[in-house]
Amino acid sequence: MSIVSNHIVNLLEKDIRMDGRKADEFRDIKIEYGISSKSAEGSARVTIGKTEVVAGVKMEVGTPYPDSPDEGTIIANVELLPLSSPEFESGPPGIESIELARSVVDRGLRESGSLDLKKLLIKKGEKSWTILIDVYSVNDDGNLADAVGLAALAAIKDAKFPKYDEKTEKIDYEQKTKKGIELNGLPMPVTVVKINDKYVIDPSLDEEKAMKSRLTVTSIENGSVCALQKGGNEPLTVEDVDMMVELGVKKAKELRKLFK
Amino acid sequence: MYNKRPDNRKFDELREISAEVSVIPRADGSAMFKIGKTVAIAAVYGPKDLFPRFLRDPKKGILRCNYNMMSFSGSGERIRPGPSRRSKEISFITEKALSPVLDLTDFPGSVVDIFIELIQTDGGTRCAGITAAALALADAGFPMKDLVSAVSIGRIEDKIVVDVSKEEEDYEKGMADIPVAIMPRNGNITLLQMDGLAKPSELKEALKVAKRACEQIYKVQKDALKARYKK
Repeated sequence: MSIVSNHIVNLLEKDIRMDGRKADEFRDIKIEYGISSKSAEGSARVTIGKTEVVAGVKMEVGTPYPDSPDEGTIIANVELLPLSSPEFESGPPGIESIELARSVVDRGLRESGSLDLKKLLIKKGEKSWTILIDVYSVNDDGNLADAVGLAALAAIKDAKFPKYDEKTEKIDYEQKTKKGIELNGLPMPVTVVKINDKYVIDPSLDEEKAMKSRLTVTSIENGSVCALQKGGNEPLTVEDVDMMVELGVKKAKELRKLFK
Repeated sequence: MYNKRPDNRKFDELREISAEVSVIPRADGSAMFKIGKTVAIAAVYGPKDLFPRFLRDPKKGILRCNYNMMSFSGSGERIRPGPSRRSKEISFITEKALSPVLDLTDFPGSVVDIFIELIQTDGGTRCAGITAAALALADAGFPMKDLVSAVSIGRIEDKIVVDVSKEEEDYEKGMADIPVAIMPRNGNITLLQMDGLAKPSELKEALKVAKRACEQIYKVQKDALKARYKK
């Protein structure tokens, strides 16, 4: 274990975090909308401390899947850019970015039912909107998972449908309508890490290196959990999971206020 | 006759420009450059050991650039992620545009990586990328003979226009697009491309106005570097 990791563990024994935060305290979170409004249908930048990600939404018209002819599609992609950290490499998305895209965006947004795919239908079995979300890391200072989730959500909230001509079947990307993507709720991801026997949220980069297990808890308004993703090499006990979920759900309520 | 630009700019007028350095704390050097609605960020990592080893130059370090447009940053449909013929070519010419100012003789066998990402585009992306990358290299503290400032010049009908926007690039009756990168202190050209038709006299005029425009960009670049140390 590195000197820094050791130091983090020793300090946590005394309930002190290296940057002076409380165990259940986020760093400063900022959300900026419309950072690519000329190009994207919706876009946002989220910073959590020095961690920064940008997200953009593009919309296209496609054919619904045969097994769900009355629904549109949502596709998420996360890229951990080598621009954002010396530890990320060029090339096709690695397993970490795929895990983020699937756990935080796919499961958090689609499977939670927060985004009603039926509302994306244009003509049953023939035409529906496809929503393409791309999230990019700009600076990795820990807890990209929560930043990615918040950015994807913010970009969707920012999005406006472009004008679609049903006769010519063409999208006019220059003209945005006033119609946005309807959301039934706001699924909020909160990553809790376990360092020795302490639970800490919003881990910094150094804390991520010191942790042995983590749990990303995504929850909706009524306090129900809509997605979980465990990471790290060490197992969690049932008590761990209880505590971490409780913490995640509690902090999600605070995060949600950022969107009002 | 081309009498009026779509955004009412004068023919030799740049769009609003701004620059900031050290925007990406994890990188060894970084910068953001905005020109109109085109937004480029660049990060420098290195020098570090180059692999595979046969690519190494025993006399000096090498520069490696990577230009990329974010999937949502184009006009129209989403851009598929990953390198394209276009992005590979731009990465390559960016290396050529920056190499003349950069002195890597102190770092034999190593590589310096520059990553350029476009967050939003409205024409002139390769020039914005080069301008941001030059700033990021300076921010990282590499020995440099000069900065590099870049701008795209257009020939639209009878006019030479500075800092072409996307709408002008798509001018219906055709145009010539001439991206130029200049070493501002001696006026030498490190990038020159042209797409379209222009008479030699028009080309001469284009290079003249490019030099003047790059002087303005150079000033914004210098101010951004100075602002980094003013706090």
